[in-house]
Amino acid sequence: MALKRRAKQVRVIPGFRLTLGITIALLSLLILIPLASVLVYSFQLSPAEFWKLITAKNVLTAFGTSIVCSVIAALINAVFGLILAWVLVKYDFPGKRILDGLIELPFALPTAVAGITLSKMYSNTGFPGSFFSSIGIDVSYTHIGIVLALIFIGIPFTVRAVQPVLEKIDDQYEEAAYILGSSRTRTFWKVIFPELFPALLTGFGLALARGIGEYGSVIYISGNSAKNGTQVVSYVIMQKLERMDYASATAIALVLLIISFALLFVINIIQIRRAKRISLR
Amino acid sequence: MEILDEKELKAKKRTKYILIAVSVIFIVFLLVLPLISIVVNSLKKGLDFYFSALSTEYVLSSLGVTLLATVIAVIVNTIFGVIAAWLLTKFTFRGQHVLSTLIDIPFSISPVIAGLAFIMTFGSLGWASGIIDSINNALGTNIRIVFAIPGVVLATIFVTFPFVSREIVPVLNSVGRDEEEAAALMGAKGFTIFRRVTFPHIKWALLYGVILCTARALGEFGAVSALSKTRGKTFTLPLEIDALYMSGSADSITAAFAASSLLVVIALIVLVLRNILEFGVLNKKKKKGKDR
Repeated sequence: MALKRRAKQVRVIPGFRLTLGITIALLSLLILIPLASVLVYSFQLSPAEFWKLITAKNVLTAFGTSIVCSVIAALINAVFGLILAWVLVKYDFPGKRILDGLIELPFALPTAVAGITLSKMYSNTGFPGSFFSSIGIDVSYTHIGIVLALIFIGIPFTVRAVQPVLEKIDDQYEEAAYILGSSRTRTFWKVIFPELFPALLTGFGLALARGIGEYGSVIYISGNSAKNGTQVVSYVIMQKLERMDYASATAIALVLLIISFALLFVINIIQIRRAKRISLR
Repeated sequence: MEILDEKELKAKKRTKYILIAVSVIFIVFLLVLPLISIVVNSLKKGLDFYFSALSTEYVLSSLGVTLLATVIAVIVNTIFGVIAAWLLTKFTFRGQHVLSTLIDIPFSISPVIAGLAFIMTFGSLGWASGIIDSINNALGTNIRIVFAIPGVVLATIFVTFPFVSREIVPVLNSVGRDEEEAAALMGAKGFTIFRRVTFPHIKWALLYGVILCTARALGEFGAVSALSKTRGKTFTLPLEIDALYMSGSADSITAAFAASSLLVVIALIVLVLRNILEFGVLNKKKKKGKDR
C-alpha cells in the first residue's frame, strides 16, 4: 500500500496529461456523449409515459424472449465451455490446434452472415433442419432457433474465460487429492470446480450480456413473429426506429442499457474479487 | 501417476475419449457445418453466377463503403488504443478502474443501441443537429451524419472502439513499468520511450488488435443498419447481404451467400493469423525461459 502511494506521487514516465486528455476526449466524443443523448431524450418522457411504453405487451414479450433465451443459451455455453476448455487444456489429440483456433470463429464471422446461414441450415429444407423437422422439431423461426444462434455467438466467451484459469491450476492439487483417497469425480467437484467457478461465472455473464442485446445473428432464425413471441428486444428497437417511434425506441433502449450495465458491474466485481484472492496467495 | 491402478487408468481414458468426442461433435455442428453451408449455398448456381453476383453495382458500392468505414475505424481505434493502453498501464490514478470499464462499454451493449445513440445525437431530434445545420449554413456545405456515410463510419468506430486497447493492456501490465521508468530517468523523451522501449513489447498484440478490429469493422451489422438506409449508396457489405437475403428469390439468396463467402474468407484469415501470432509469442516466451 505504501509502495502504491509513493508510485502515485512520483510520475517518472512522461505523457500522463496528454494521454489522459486524448483518451477522455475521444471516449466522450465517440461513446459517452452519443449514449448520453439516449438518456437525455428518454428523461424527457414523463414516468407514466415511460412506464406505458416499456410495459406494452410486445415489448414485455420481447424482453422475456431475449432474457429467457439468453439465460438458456449461456447455461448451455457454460457446460460446453467447461468441457471444451478442459479438453483443450488437459488432453493432447490430433487436430487440437484447429479445434482451439475454431473457437473464435463467432468473433470473426459477421453476425449477419452467421444469421442467414443458421437460418437456412435449420429451416425445414436445409441440413440438419430437415432431419429435425422430420422428428417433429422446428428450429428456424422458433425459440429453439434463437437459443441456437445465441449459443453460436456465446461459446467463445465461456471457453476463453475458463481456459487460462484451468491452465494455471497445478496438477499437484489433483494428485494430492487423489493420494488422499478422493475419487476423481469428487476431486473435480471439490478441488478443481471451485477454482474454476468465478471464471465460469464471468464467461456466463459475458455470454449473457452479449446475448440479451444480440441482433444480427438472431433476427433471421427467429422469424420475428409478434404472435409467436419470437421478437427479441433489439429487433423491437429497430422496428420502432423504422417507424420513427423514437420515444418507444429510447425507452426500451434505456432498459436494455440498464440491464447491460448491471451485468457488466457484476462481472467486474467477480473479476476484482478473483484478482484479490489470487494476490493474497 | 504410477499410483493409478489399472481400473482407474481405464476409467480416466474413457472419460478422455468421451469428452474429446463431445467437443469435436459440438464444434463440428455449431461452427464447421455453417462454414461448409455458406460455401455450398454460394456455389449452388455455378461459378459464373458466383462471380457475376459479386460484381453487381450494389455489391461493389457496398464493398467500397465497407472498406472506407473499416480503414477510418481502424486508424482511429489504433491511435486511441495505444494511447489509452499507455495511460492505463504506465500510470496509477484515481478513476482508473472506472475509465477502463467505460472504454469497454461497446463490448457489452447492443449494437442497435449504438445506432440509436447517433440518431438521437445527430438526427432531426438530436441536440447536435442544430450545430450541424449551422455549420452547413456557414460553410455552404451539405454535411449529413445520420443516414449518410459519416454515420456509418461513426457507428463502425463505436462498435470496434475497445478492440486494440484491450489486446495491448494485458501485455503492458505483465511487462511492468521498470524499463520505461529507467529510460525516462536517463532522459529519454516520451515518444522515444514509446518507440524504443514499449513498442517492441506490444507489436504482436497491437497487430492482433488491429486484425480483430478490422474483422469486426468489416462485419458490423446492427449499428450500421440503424444508420444506413440507401442501398447502393450508404449500404455496407453486411447490409447488402441482408437486402439480398430478405428479397427472398432463390437467385438473390444464392447471391447473398456469395457475398457472405467473401467475409468468411476474411474471418478464416483472421483466425489463421491469430494462431500464427499466438504461436510465435508462445515460442518466444519458451525461448526466453530457456535462456534464463
